[in-house]
Amino acid sequence: MTRGEGRPEPRVQAPHRGARSEAQPSEGNRTKLRHNRVELALHSLRAGEGGALLLLHGLGERSPARVPLELARWPGPIFALDFTGHGESTVPRGGGYTAEVLMGDVDAALRHLGSATLVGRGIGAYIALLSAGARPKLVRGAVLRDGPGLAGGSARPGTPQIPMPDPNAIAPPDPFALVELAADVRPPDYATSFARQATHLSGLERPISVCTLERPDWLRAIVEEPGVEACEVEEALAVYASRASQESR
Amino acid sequence: MSEEVVTYPGARRPDRSRRVASHGVGISVYEWGSPESPPVLLAHGGFDFAGTFDTFAPLLADAGWRVVSWDHRGHGDSDHAALYSWQADLRDALAVMDSVSHEPMPIVGHSKGGGVCMQLTEARPHRVSRFANLDGMPGKWRHPDVADHERTKMLDSELSNWLDWRARAGTLARKPGTLDELAERRGRMNPRLSREWLRYLVTIGARRDADGWRWKIDPSMRFGGFGPWKPDWALERMRGFPVPLLAILGLIEEEMGWGTTPEYLVPYMPRDARVVAFEDSGHFVHIEHPRRVADLVLEFLS
Repeated sequence: MTRGEGRPEPRVQAPHRGARSEAQPSEGNRTKLRHNRVELALHSLRAGEGGALLLLHGLGERSPARVPLELARWPGPIFALDFTGHGESTVPRGGGYTAEVLMGDVDAALRHLGSATLVGRGIGAYIALLSAGARPKLVRGAVLRDGPGLAGGSARPGTPQIPMPDPNAIAPPDPFALVELAADVRPPDYATSFARQATHLSGLERPISVCTLERPDWLRAIVEEPGVEACEVEEALAVYASRASQESR
Repeated sequence: MSEEVVTYPGARRPDRSRRVASHGVGISVYEWGSPESPPVLLAHGGFDFAGTFDTFAPLLADAGWRVVSWDHRGHGDSDHAALYSWQADLRDALAVMDSVSHEPMPIVGHSKGGGVCMQLTEARPHRVSRFANLDGMPGKWRHPDVADHERTKMLDSELSNWLDWRARAGTLARKPGTLDELAERRGRMNPRLSREWLRYLVTIGARRDADGWRWKIDPSMRFGGFGPWKPDWALERMRGFPVPLLAILGLIEEEMGWGTTPEYLVPYMPRDARVVAFEDSGHFVHIEHPRRVADLVLEFLS
């Protein structure tokens, strides 16, 4: 299926069972997706009618077992993805994590779901921004929340270092993910290029909603961009839910 | 069926090989020269493998060095990994270094191997004695004159191509072919290198399956990609580079080259660094001119 040509988004029904070839049959409420050599766990937290909500956890976290209270009013189905090296997804050998690879994780989930509104915590918020810019037709709004890994390393690289994980750590979460993704460089102009792309190409008035107290440099930069709104999470969800219900009609 | 033996003038396979485990990823390590000699580390570039030093390394070994090189993860005979990154390459390089000695040693790095190992040197200055960079100094990779609007369009196609490829990456296999076909394919990346040399490389960097030769390199890796990294960052730190530095540049631009010129580079270099530009060479200076590069490096190491 060709993406990003402005055709109507498929209506999302839940629960999804192996809609695409790369998906394995789901086990209970969990579907296994493939991203290169990694098997990703996509959890179905709740069924519903209309547009899907996809939760992206913070660095070192895993998908929640239940729908968080602040998201309870979302009318559609709710899913949560375990990133590479986290939760029930594969823990690969020898590290090599980048934010861009986690964006590929989200893309595997979007291929399975068809489209989704993203809610990301911490590093999941940064990945939600990247995904909104990279797949503007599939991401129907990105809600950015506080959480572990929100800041990343810094706007510029510091003194070069060789991140070494704790050799006694028990995975998951993968200790390589913790050391590598806590120090990744996030230049503000890199972040704004993704925000601009979401604004230009998504057809949404406000594709990015910033609902965080913490504001690292990359986040401060995107808040200044058109199409990015700082607001409360309930308001952002209401906007995207209403848009999703219009689109599914 | 008799095995075809392909030789190349001056090329010599390593005297020894071994495996190093880098945090669970198996790395193939190769050595030329006496194990009693002082060590020097050679780092290959992206999409290459240690065997591309088969003409250069013996010249250093014959001059009294224990030459140690390795196939980067996903390259040559090293393990294919689930993830690849600059940081992972840095850790693998350090694991190889740890397997040789904890005393400071010189490093020679080509292209991306030069970039990775220069960063290793900055992170572990006490482990490195001298550094020779073979056409891997940071250069101008960006297109700063592209307007924002166009930049957005460019990013869009780059990103969707990259994600579409990631979705297929797990199912990709290298295309089989005859020895000559593989040499021909590699010739597109190495247009200045001779057919004889490329045929020789096939016998090391490819394996012979029932349906033909296949390059060993992980099919899930590809050129390009994108990310937040800016070459200026490495360039700005060059003035403070902690060990003596020799930079050799190949000035003839080609597919895999970085396009770094002495005019661009010299203002960033430490005062006592030496920059040598080869007007008559492309990116693979040590393959086009093994003797000249070896003489410069040997003089620098002595």
